[in-house]
Amino acid sequence: MHHTHKEIELAERHTLSIIVDNEAGVLARVIGLFSGRGYNIEHLTVAPVDLQGTESRITVVTIGTPPVIEQIKAQLDRLVPVHRVGDLTESGPHVERELALIKIHCKGEQQQAALRIAEAFRAKIVDSSFESYIFEVTGKTDKIKAFIRLMEDVGLVEAVRTGVAALTRGAQAL
Amino acid sequence: MSGKAYSGAEIIINSLVDLGVEVIFGYPGGAVLPLYDALFAQDKIRHILVRHEQAAVHAAEGYARSTGKVGVVLVTSGPGATNAVTGLTDAMLDSIPIICITGQVPVHLIGSDAFQEADTVGITRHCTKHNYLVKDVDKLSRIVHEAFYVATSGRPGPVVIDVPKDIQIFTSTNIHSGAIKHRSYRPEVKGDISAIKEAVEILAGAKKPIFYSGGGVINSGPAAAQLLREFVRLTGAPITSTLMGLGAYPASDKQFLGMLGMHGTYEANHAMHDCDVMVCVGARFDDRVTGRLEAFSPNSKKIHIDIDRSSINKTVRVDVPIVGDVAHVLEDMLKLWKAAILEKGQQSYADWWAEIDKWRERDCLRYAKTKDTIMPQYALERLQALTKDKDVYFTTEVGQHQMWAAQYLKLEDPNRFMTSGGLGTMGYGFPAAIGVQIAHPNALVIDVAGEASIQMNIQELGTAMQYGLPVKIFILNNEYMGMVRQWQEMNHGARYSQSYSESLPDFVALAKAYGAHGITVDRPADLDGAIREMMETDGLVIVDCRVEKLANCFPMVPSGAAHNEMILPDEEEIKEFEGGAALV
Repeated sequence: MHHTHKEIELAERHTLSIIVDNEAGVLARVIGLFSGRGYNIEHLTVAPVDLQGTESRITVVTIGTPPVIEQIKAQLDRLVPVHRVGDLTESGPHVERELALIKIHCKGEQQQAALRIAEAFRAKIVDSSFESYIFEVTGKTDKIKAFIRLMEDVGLVEAVRTGVAALTRGAQAL
Repeated sequence: MSGKAYSGAEIIINSLVDLGVEVIFGYPGGAVLPLYDALFAQDKIRHILVRHEQAAVHAAEGYARSTGKVGVVLVTSGPGATNAVTGLTDAMLDSIPIICITGQVPVHLIGSDAFQEADTVGITRHCTKHNYLVKDVDKLSRIVHEAFYVATSGRPGPVVIDVPKDIQIFTSTNIHSGAIKHRSYRPEVKGDISAIKEAVEILAGAKKPIFYSGGGVINSGPAAAQLLREFVRLTGAPITSTLMGLGAYPASDKQFLGMLGMHGTYEANHAMHDCDVMVCVGARFDDRVTGRLEAFSPNSKKIHIDIDRSSINKTVRVDVPIVGDVAHVLEDMLKLWKAAILEKGQQSYADWWAEIDKWRERDCLRYAKTKDTIMPQYALERLQALTKDKDVYFTTEVGQHQMWAAQYLKLEDPNRFMTSGGLGTMGYGFPAAIGVQIAHPNALVIDVAGEASIQMNIQELGTAMQYGLPVKIFILNNEYMGMVRQWQEMNHGARYSQSYSESLPDFVALAKAYGAHGITVDRPADLDGAIREMMETDGLVIVDCRVEKLANCFPMVPSGAAHNEMILPDEEEIKEFEGGAALV
């Protein structure tokens, strides 16, 4: 999508929650809408959330000017298998978390540094060998990014992130 | 539920009968043979065999748009489905309810690059309102019913049902009947009453109001057009229409300003630009309508009625959005308006009409009359004059002739003008005319064509002849892809790159080759006679009407220009607007 300078300045980050029928092709419909109309996807998570497995919840973090965000929601809402579209950024306080696995390769002093950082970030060791660790860390996107950045200096091998999962605060559902 | 087991193919045919389908447009192939076998065994549904799958969809569109019913298409897997894609996209952009059943390779072969396999649901995901791949015959009956609900409710559109060949053969006792409710898809038809109240208040305070109506009025049904007429007449305000909305309000009415937009009238575009309240009824602020967005009707309050929430604030910010079906919303508006008049009295808008009459005096559709060559505008004026008392339906192809048709055919009723508005599909008009003629066998159905467009689905002459359809093809032959040539003249230094229609067929001989009648006319004096001969001849007629080759379509709002920066025919000085050459 073509962005003017003004559009980039006014762009906002929004976390959208989309309840969909858990049917074949539904994710392709949602992603296809974003790519076909030139919208951005920063994060995407999807999994069935009810016991019967009939409904899935998709969380999308997207960036756009307020009219574009409005359009994204309206376009999502008219997809046939979409039940509800919620804008968590707009609807008020909400909790956002993502999980990351980070593999590092290090020895000696670097190893001590890695463990100290991991402790500060409340990361768990989920795999270790003589010269490597895999850490599991959860938190907001900023925290995950900061953790990965620090690990680059002590021997980052690779990292994987789940993308954001989010819920509104309080007793209300979407 | 019934105890009897039916094959998937029988379930599809029986479901279509249950849903009131009388006609299918299609083309057989390997992956739909069980379905064609089931068709063979029944006599409730008529099958129209086209010569190319794209034409099947356009024919179904013509059928749907001229009747308000659903158009049904049946094609095979692979190339059958991919050939249908243009038609589906066309129906998507013009919101036409279509059910397209595509064959697919058997379930166990899906994904193996089998013969005539294509990922039909993947390919058509972006050009349908919804699509289904049926992998369980027990769900088939429900899916067909659900597909109808989705295609026809809310903003209508095309729905594909992809049915693997083995599913057509497997049997099931699961039979659904009657209406269906979808789990998640339930569009609202009633508009929010507080928004409608606000709209009526704003309109009641207007000094320079205008109605701008679109295809949504026609899609909503005859009641919507009736309500629109009543409401507009009651207000005394001017009304303009998009290409897709023509006929919803009678063109002969003095309140009607003609079509607006790129080739709209001078009065319609100036009134849109200068109005203080705009009521957009079932239209979507398409770029062909708005011109340069920042300069679009800068001083008006905008009220927008649309059944599709995503159409609202998509390109133009509006002040009062009303999401709902046009007929339902207009009914509520009309009630509130009547109450408002009782209270405050009716405004006359005399000053506003005086302004509009000045614009009208420009007589923007005037053109230079010629003695030796037929002006395309003149041809359409005569076509209009000689057919106006008939039960007539028009379709068009795409290009200059289409815009002239929109300008010079004065359409009085909805569902009488079938044209490819959103996608601009050359080759739409003739197959669409076939669909219209199937639905209205005794009507006069005329495809206004260009010599280039008509060749894009010329093979359908076979279809029309097979079913004895007396479609009239009226070709405005200027030996150019006229609109391409006009843009090359305006934006590309008159370098006519590839826009000359070289090696044209002899259209009269072509008609004869199919057993139809052909007429050539090239002198203004002979035009009326040719049109009469066309109308009086039973059966299919091609009129090769040779027109002035370099005529341009005006008025015009060039790309990148605003509504009040139109080019008129008598000041044919061609201005270029900044960035115009880069725009479409």
